[in-house]
Amino acid sequence: MRAAIIVFPGSNCDHDAYIAFKKILDQPTDFVWHKETNLDSYDLIVLPGGFSYGDYLRCGAIARFSPVMKEVIEKSKLGVKVIGICNGFQILTESGLLPGALTMNKYRQFICKDVNLKVENRQTVFTHLCNEKEVLTIPIAHSEGNYYCSAEELSQLEANNQIVFRYSTPDGNINTEANPNGSIVNIAGIINNTGNVLGMMPHPERNAEHLLGNSDGKKILSSIVDSFRRN
Amino acid sequence: MPNEPTVDLQLAIEHGLSEEEYEKICKTLGRTPTYTELGIYSVMWSEHCSYKNSLLQLKTLPREGEKLLVGAGEENAGLIDIGDGYAVAFKIESHNHPSAVEPYQGAATGVGGIMRDIFTMGARPVAALDSLRFGELDKQKNRYLFSGVVKGIGDYGNCLGVPTVAGDVYFEECYTDNCLVNAMTVGVAKKGRIAKAIAKTPGAAVYAIGSSTGRDGIHGATFASEELSDESEEKRSSVQVGDPFTEKLLLEATLELIKEDVIEGIQDMGAAGLTSSSSEISAKSELGIELQLDNMHLREKDMIPYEIMLSESQERMLVICKPGKEELFEEICRKWDLDFTKIGKVTDDKNLKVFFKGEMVADIPSASLAAGEGAPVYERESKRPAYLDQVQNLNIDTLQVPEDISAAFMKVFSSPNIVSKQWVYEQYDYMVRTNSVIQPGGDAAVVRIKGTNRALSTKTDCNARYVYLDPRMGAAIAVAESARNVVCTGAQPVAVTNCLNFGNPYKPEVFWQFKEAIAGMGESCRSLETPVTGGNVSFYNESESYQVYPTPVIGMLGIIDDLSHITPAGFQEEGDLVYLIGKTLPELGGSEYLKRIHNQVAGLPPHLDLETEKKVQEVTLNAIRAGLVQSCHDLADGGLAVGLAESCIVNKNNSLGLKAQLTSDLPDHVLAFSESQSRFIISILPENKKEFEKHLFDNDIPFSHLGEVGGNSFSFNDFFDFSLEELKEIYYSTIPSIMNQ
Repeated sequence: MRAAIIVFPGSNCDHDAYIAFKKILDQPTDFVWHKETNLDSYDLIVLPGGFSYGDYLRCGAIARFSPVMKEVIEKSKLGVKVIGICNGFQILTESGLLPGALTMNKYRQFICKDVNLKVENRQTVFTHLCNEKEVLTIPIAHSEGNYYCSAEELSQLEANNQIVFRYSTPDGNINTEANPNGSIVNIAGIINNTGNVLGMMPHPERNAEHLLGNSDGKKILSSIVDSFRRN
Repeated sequence: MPNEPTVDLQLAIEHGLSEEEYEKICKTLGRTPTYTELGIYSVMWSEHCSYKNSLLQLKTLPREGEKLLVGAGEENAGLIDIGDGYAVAFKIESHNHPSAVEPYQGAATGVGGIMRDIFTMGARPVAALDSLRFGELDKQKNRYLFSGVVKGIGDYGNCLGVPTVAGDVYFEECYTDNCLVNAMTVGVAKKGRIAKAIAKTPGAAVYAIGSSTGRDGIHGATFASEELSDESEEKRSSVQVGDPFTEKLLLEATLELIKEDVIEGIQDMGAAGLTSSSSEISAKSELGIELQLDNMHLREKDMIPYEIMLSESQERMLVICKPGKEELFEEICRKWDLDFTKIGKVTDDKNLKVFFKGEMVADIPSASLAAGEGAPVYERESKRPAYLDQVQNLNIDTLQVPEDISAAFMKVFSSPNIVSKQWVYEQYDYMVRTNSVIQPGGDAAVVRIKGTNRALSTKTDCNARYVYLDPRMGAAIAVAESARNVVCTGAQPVAVTNCLNFGNPYKPEVFWQFKEAIAGMGESCRSLETPVTGGNVSFYNESESYQVYPTPVIGMLGIIDDLSHITPAGFQEEGDLVYLIGKTLPELGGSEYLKRIHNQVAGLPPHLDLETEKKVQEVTLNAIRAGLVQSCHDLADGGLAVGLAESCIVNKNNSLGLKAQLTSDLPDHVLAFSESQSRFIISILPENKKEFEKHLFDNDIPFSHLGEVGGNSFSFNDFFDFSLEELKEIYYSTIPSIMNQ
């Protein structure tokens, strides 16, 4: 497996994603500048967190026009796996690869902390190493992570089992108390209906080694790597 | 130039220069200065740039050390050799006045400025810290300043992708109109890849890169060099506006330019903008710099040379390009979408020459502008303030012991100065770059250095009440406490940076406080072998109604040699044994207890014995390194009772109780709340009991066994017994409930 970490001007978790795939999971990994237009040699495309274009205008709204995004969209249609984390998730919704939008947090503040995340769908290439309904502890760090979509989109997400992660209590209850940003039905991460594009606000790459926590994030990243071994 | 005022003594005085200083300028130039030159002198000779009233005192601080690669004042920041081929650049700087006037932008640009000081040296910022002081939160104005400052720091640092990992926040009435915002950055560089603010080759091209230049921030440095008043609000235009996205591009581009070896010298355009960056490089290199202002990239119309030279528009750098590397230089700037313009060249004289529309508008010997060289240096008059006799007079024996010590504890523990600052640090991205091993909330932050087995430990600190009551002792304690904080995490303290926040130095009482504080800081730094690598002086922290406590903030840097030494502040496992290390004395002067329960800021601060301090720190660190310690926490504000409660609940999701028992001849309130120095709370595994106690005994360190970790409550003798839930509710909800009201 070869991973491309896309670097937009203002990306700042590109380095963290690179370390996670390259050093922790020992996979061939490259930084790819946003002006690149050919991603033929990659099996996985990572849209990292950060503040692409300073989040000016709207998070992810300018990055979607970067030259590389046309190629990301092309490749996703061919089934190449794409993961968008935080700002990367915002770019995925802005470019229409995932439905809905990420809006200002309910309490209108940036929030950086560990949250509990319930794995709602482990039948994906991104989560198959997690246990059924496992509750992971993974950090969030964002101002605009309040997921919103129309009632119609929501019922489609639910019908197709596209809601992959929800904010929960440590014992797996989905309630308002466990919802850090006001996301509709506690959505923290969703997948497209063909199962190869995942967007999530929490940062698995920040909790992928024991020194920094319980390394729950590694389960998600390893699932991706492992899915290539199985093929 | 047309449309410029006539330069005379009156105009010079309006620029903050004295008659004597104006005469000195005329004599140096051999003529009346032009309007542009007057502007240049006025900012370079302002307190902020010249350190004219503090330099003689600063020179008494220890500035030598085996790990120092660059000493105080030589570059933008001090540079420490941390081994394995890496160096650390770190520095703290104030942005008090801008933040008091416009908290969001003031704080944001304060962060931006100190970040540039670090990455201009070729060091990638790996940690940010912030030392903040506000008035009490019952006033709406103070809550407004507090929330604006925190948001400003967060939005800037978060966008830049530098984790804000530690700091300190205090609330005290004296900071009501004049909040203090001190921002610190720690950066890591490869030892052979350090950039300097120098020029080497006459003829080399001088570039400005980054944001365009506007009228924002003109006279920011002068603004920082006077007291705050109602008119300060009108100086809002002096506060610059930050653009963290451009800063991020500038950061990446600067590091790439340095890595690709295309630059000869580089300097951030900080306070006094183009003027300070160009004249400092010129003076230091003993070469001239010639600037063609017509080439500057401007964002406003009809700017005159005076304004272009004095603008403090943010996110700009002055770069001297290596001859022959111009093409690569420009290519890298273009890659990062950064504006760049060639604005001049290095010359073989020693002057700063400024041209505009074919006319020479300034021609100044650069050395005459430089701090400690041509710029004036004064020894101000000092006088012991009369208030000291009054406030130091406190007889602890006559203080009433509270009938209900349990209620007293709750009152102290719920003080905004004591409770968790989670509301603050959750607004900061403290994890980005995945190095934050010990996150905010502990004694000090620990940031590992990837590719090595080492980590940095860092913390800011200053209990300004102590400094107010005894400047010499208070400043010595600020150094000792910040050193203790990093020791707790398993680090050897190695060096400090300081941010000296004081009142108007022309008041002899203020200057006495300053001198005494520097003396105490020097003694403490010498004893603990932590030289001062640089920092910042902020005078004039006064308003019409308030004068801040003298607040010499210390930013401490410690090195952890082995990641396995990293030690948390909170208790780890049921059954672990808890010890108090050090001696508790009847010291309630300046304590949080005295303020909350007896409503007094009085007495003498606790006594710091430097020899004891050094020994306790060494013995503790050795125990940590020997693998004997499960958790280690410094005792400070609030004393033993508060420190133990913190060790129970600082790990929010895995809190552990304690039934502490300690027999003592001291009155109950002294035992619970004394803020005696040189003390730690340590927990150990039961099987290490013998070895640990022997280690302390052999080193003559006094210690007491307090109890075992376990249970769902924290009790102390028969004083009180509180459930952990109750303690957590107060610790973590007090500030949010004040701020969300």
